[in-house]
Amino acid sequence: MGKLAVRESPDSFPFDSREGVSLYRLMRIIRRCEEPLNRIYREGKIGGYLHLYIGQEAIAAGLIPLLRSDDYLLSAYRDHGHAIARGVDPKRIIAELYGRVTGCSRGKGGSMHIYDTGRNFLGGYGIVGGVVPLAVGVGFAIKYRGGDQICVCFFGDGAMNQGAVHEALNMASLFKVPCLFVLENNGYAMGTAVERHSAVTDFIQRVSYGYGIASERVDGMDLVEVREVAERAIAYIRKRSAPYFIEAECYRYAGHGFSDTAQQQKTYRSDEEIERWKQRDPIEIFGRRLREIGALSSSDEEEIDAEARRIADEAIDYAENSPEPPMDELYEHVFTEAG
Amino acid sequence: MLNVKYGEAIRLAMIEEMERDPNVFICGEEVGQYQGTFRVTQGMLERFGSSRVVDTPISEAAIVGLVTGAAMAGLRPIAEMMTFSFALVAMDQIVNHTAKISYMSGGQVKVPVVIRGPAGTGNQLSAQHSQSLESWYSHIPGLKVVMPATPNDAKGLLKSAIRDDNPVIFMEHAGLYGMRGEVNEDPEYLVPFGQAHIMREGSDVTIVSYSHMLNTCHRAADQIAQEQNINCEVIDLRTLVPLDVETIIRSVRKTHRVVVAHEEARNTGFGAELSARIYELAFDDLDSPIERVAGPDVPMPYAKNLERAAIPHDDDVIAAIKRVVNLA
Repeated sequence: MGKLAVRESPDSFPFDSREGVSLYRLMRIIRRCEEPLNRIYREGKIGGYLHLYIGQEAIAAGLIPLLRSDDYLLSAYRDHGHAIARGVDPKRIIAELYGRVTGCSRGKGGSMHIYDTGRNFLGGYGIVGGVVPLAVGVGFAIKYRGGDQICVCFFGDGAMNQGAVHEALNMASLFKVPCLFVLENNGYAMGTAVERHSAVTDFIQRVSYGYGIASERVDGMDLVEVREVAERAIAYIRKRSAPYFIEAECYRYAGHGFSDTAQQQKTYRSDEEIERWKQRDPIEIFGRRLREIGALSSSDEEEIDAEARRIADEAIDYAENSPEPPMDELYEHVFTEAG
Repeated sequence: MLNVKYGEAIRLAMIEEMERDPNVFICGEEVGQYQGTFRVTQGMLERFGSSRVVDTPISEAAIVGLVTGAAMAGLRPIAEMMTFSFALVAMDQIVNHTAKISYMSGGQVKVPVVIRGPAGTGNQLSAQHSQSLESWYSHIPGLKVVMPATPNDAKGLLKSAIRDDNPVIFMEHAGLYGMRGEVNEDPEYLVPFGQAHIMREGSDVTIVSYSHMLNTCHRAADQIAQEQNINCEVIDLRTLVPLDVETIIRSVRKTHRVVVAHEEARNTGFGAELSARIYELAFDDLDSPIERVAGPDVPMPYAKNLERAAIPHDDDVIAAIKRVVNLA
């Protein structure tokens, strides 16, 4: 990826330091819950596709906690981080990956299809860009009922070249639906760099000029900046009932999915590039800020990390000890029964 | 009873359901200001306003996404496809999203949408506007597939579709929009899914069909009754999913001879599924092999004579009947 958006730290810490520590903790939990997954996958305990969020945590943690409980969220297939940030129990997420009946979707969705209607988390979707038209529909329903909720929709840079996304962005602007579109631009659509998949790589221009949607770019590795932009976007949407588009520049440390191994990744990106981005690790950047203002001591950090590891371990234990779906689940939920 | 056209019956169903439930709305291309491409939504914009009769851009994928997302958030939307040929643009939304969300979410999310509009062949509309693809939708677990043949069924089935908690593909036939018939006025009159209708009783041959093709089957049944004294039982499936297998099998056990008939192409058409089900469940009851009447496996040609050859007609059904009774 050509451009590394490096910004100086803002002079003052823009929000409550206790809140800051809780967001730091959230990023740690997301990462610690995902770190063991490649190993577990290799052990054959989870299958299918596995898309890790590691490196992109500042976006979920910077944005999602700002939402109200009655707001809606939808995601693509890299959805674990969004779900955890929304408060979905990591136990139920990991159990879903294990294909257990205690999983969020009773083991029938898998990693890419995390749902929790109790938290208005309306699913992760595996077809690139396919979630965007759904989010416009959710936004339409909010507006139809006259509510002031918003619907947040996460997707990646690969989605920016899908026809349905452009149909949906046009419709979102035309119907002025309260949707926050969050493009997590991690530089690659699977193994194809942005410069190789998009004739115009300035997505803000494409969306603002193309569809008249208020659009903003942010350094997705910096939680403080993400939060600041997200606050502005959410306030705008609630006030005007109109869509907003955020492009968060970020980086995924792992391959696209499990099969995109370190060796495979050499076909499209260098170790040096990965290392360069890791120097701007979102958890490190934000931890440094918290330390600078005295909100986080090294013992706090150790304590938080130990807690995050414990949450991950407990989630894995829970999944390991959960039963598989009973066989009659095969035919259940194909249709919703009346009543 | 009201005497109305098929298209008007569909409009009545939508009006009644929109008056009954404020969560029902309709969206699609030209449904509002233009009054509907086939006039099915005529007057509805004036009656319900632009928040509930929603004109959309020509963006079928986004239209299906719109109704699916709105349904996930608690509404009961109807999407009109200008024709079902255009729904092909939205196939990823319909197949990968709308149909599967209930299952993928472990039953947490329901998707009560109706995707309706004209399907079927005819009128020299040629390859891209004249085709019948009901077997595609029937193949997708999670979709219900409805194909009404009469004004009364159109109304009663559409009302059931709107009240159903699942995605319903409601395929009207453009060639039936002008068909008149008696329609039950009771706003609580529903035609349930999965109940085939024996339109004509007979003892010699069972004809299984649906939608516009039933008219062809009736004419054929009339002619063969007159000419050969062969009495056909004609079954209107009404819904392909769910499929009323019991009614079909009961009839087969009576007649022992079966013709299945549809407009869509023969290769992996719905008739193949019907034939297989009958062979699985009633093989020993059959006195002759099942005959399939279907469109030939060609894109729809434009020229009048070729188009006529590409859509099954009375003669094709009569020939099939003669074959099953060994007269051919």
